[in-house]
Amino acid sequence: MATRIFVPRDAAARAVGADKVAAAIAEETKRKGIAVEIVRTGSRGLFWLEPLVEVETPAGRIGFGPVAAKDVASLFADGLPAASHALCVGRPEEIPFLKKQTRITFARCGIIDPLSLADYRAHGGMRGLERARSLGPAATVEEVTKSGLRGRGGAGFPTGIKWKTVADTAADRKYIVCNADEGDSGTYADRMIMEGDPFLLIEGMAIAGFAVGATKGYIYIRSEYPDAIRVMERAIVLAEREGLLGAEARFDLEVRVGAGAYVCGEETSLLESLEGKRGQVRAKPPLPAHKGLFGKPTVINNLISLATVPAILADGAEHYAALGMGRSRGTMPIQLAGNSKYGGLFEAAFGLTLGEIVEDIGGGTRTGRPARAVQVGGPLGAYFPRKLFDTPFDYEAFAGLDGLIGHGGVVVFDDTVDMAHQARFALEFCAIESCGKCTPCRIGSVRGTETMDKIIRGERVEANLALVTDLCQTLKFGSLCALGGFTPYPVMSAIRHFPEDFDRPRLKAAAE
Amino acid sequence: MAVVRPVAILEHLNMPAWSEAQGNDIIRRHAGREGALLPILHDMQATFGHVPTPAVPVIAEALNLTRAEVHGVVSFYHDFRDKPAGRHVLKLCRAEACQSVNGERLARQFLDRFGVEWGGTTPDGRLTIEATYCLGLCASGPSAMLDGEVIGRLTKDSIDDIAREVG
Repeated sequence: MATRIFVPRDAAARAVGADKVAAAIAEETKRKGIAVEIVRTGSRGLFWLEPLVEVETPAGRIGFGPVAAKDVASLFADGLPAASHALCVGRPEEIPFLKKQTRITFARCGIIDPLSLADYRAHGGMRGLERARSLGPAATVEEVTKSGLRGRGGAGFPTGIKWKTVADTAADRKYIVCNADEGDSGTYADRMIMEGDPFLLIEGMAIAGFAVGATKGYIYIRSEYPDAIRVMERAIVLAEREGLLGAEARFDLEVRVGAGAYVCGEETSLLESLEGKRGQVRAKPPLPAHKGLFGKPTVINNLISLATVPAILADGAEHYAALGMGRSRGTMPIQLAGNSKYGGLFEAAFGLTLGEIVEDIGGGTRTGRPARAVQVGGPLGAYFPRKLFDTPFDYEAFAGLDGLIGHGGVVVFDDTVDMAHQARFALEFCAIESCGKCTPCRIGSVRGTETMDKIIRGERVEANLALVTDLCQTLKFGSLCALGGFTPYPVMSAIRHFPEDFDRPRLKAAAE
Repeated sequence: MAVVRPVAILEHLNMPAWSEAQGNDIIRRHAGREGALLPILHDMQATFGHVPTPAVPVIAEALNLTRAEVHGVVSFYHDFRDKPAGRHVLKLCRAEACQSVNGERLARQFLDRFGVEWGGTTPDGRLTIEATYCLGLCASGPSAMLDGEVIGRLTKDSIDDIAREVG
């Protein structure tokens, strides 16, 4: 019987040669007459080990990584790869990075064939939708509310309350919209689910549709994710074929592709974009739950929120709500990124400290230098210095320090980082991506960038810092959406926690 | 090096010049879809390599929009081009996660090597280099995308590899 060999097809694995490795394995085993079946999976999220090749054995899977195409000949030198090979990492489940996690949303990611519904079902898939149907719509909404699930896009709004609002609003047509416009640097959780466990999202959206009485769903995926778009579209076709979507299921699903606008991750801007317009934000109210896509009641949720619903329904709200701290219930897929030694996806209950995440789990920096600044929550998230490493990963704790956990991205910088430059970038990024609707964001970001340039050149540093601080107040309180409203977080945290980077005599001398 | 005219680049790309019949075919494929404008624009760009200016009034007519509205959408989104790119398109990530692993310095070396600035195309029409803000490969940076294919853990050697590939 052919031995199954698992090679990820996740974009991050392909980016470091997984396709070449899979091709080399196919060729080498054919040449040697070793019977294998190559299964392309998603990624487990241990990116420093990618491409991580796994071989099925009677004792479970054994991992090898990072494997390059040139390693394949030695891996199969004596038949199937042996545990004695230098690249062997043992059973993946025993790797501390994976062993310490609580995988609920990502339980199947990296393990199953993403496009096999049989695999999905064999690993516990579809239990959530079945339970929802047995509970009925109202009890399904109640279950999501009881779980304490909050929006994983960053705003942290209780998902169940959003659903209830839509369920209670009468309309001839309602929509479920999945926000898969994952634009925050340092995040890739949505991408991993779409590429590694797409039926999970389909199931989550089908549950949402059933719960609120919506018959049509859209998945808005950013164009920077061509792999995710391909897999997701294919998964929808397969689900239609099995009657999970379509007329019989009374729920249709469609992928829509973004066009490179970061602001379309903001929910009202995303809805405008779906309607075929410029991605400009809408003033709220009306809430999308009342008047959303094409003016109809719309559930618009982050992908991870929707992908967490099946597990909540399958295993019960209490099971999920038992995890976490304070008002942050359940688990969060923390995405270690940037200059992290062990960069990857770490799903855990809320409450780990930032220091534990960066140092214990991430192993410090890839460069081996001390970690100096950590940006949490994407380009609109604050930069944290080492002295705040005891901050617990929790919506309220981060908000209390003028920061946010956002979509769970944690970008590590070593001590070569220039925080004045990072503050400038935050403003420049806001200027590039501003939708232009409100003045503080459209103009303020440009003036802020210019003022930061003056500070970096050493021109009237104190006065210009005061100006930037004042401008940030205007942005924070005068912007329509989080793009302008939160850009002050990275800027002000950099100024407050790393003042030494904003007044450098050397730079001043050079400018004079 | 002679500057290649856009038409020559198009031939090189093996992409057809604008034809109203073909444009109408694309529009027809999306007939009846809700919010069809973005899917139509994506298809126009996939077919012609850009959104040709003469396509704007045709789309506007079909969707019962004004030309200004269609132009407004085309120009709002970073993805849509009003003229064709080079034969190959390299997108380099400039976002924070890639900055933290020296992505900016490496990006500068790429630009210098090919003698272009951000958004520029080499005079022979071979390569366009564009900035992108995150490809979702944030633990494997610096990262890039060449003609839709992702590349991670870029090093100085990657510049030579990519130069060979687009050669």
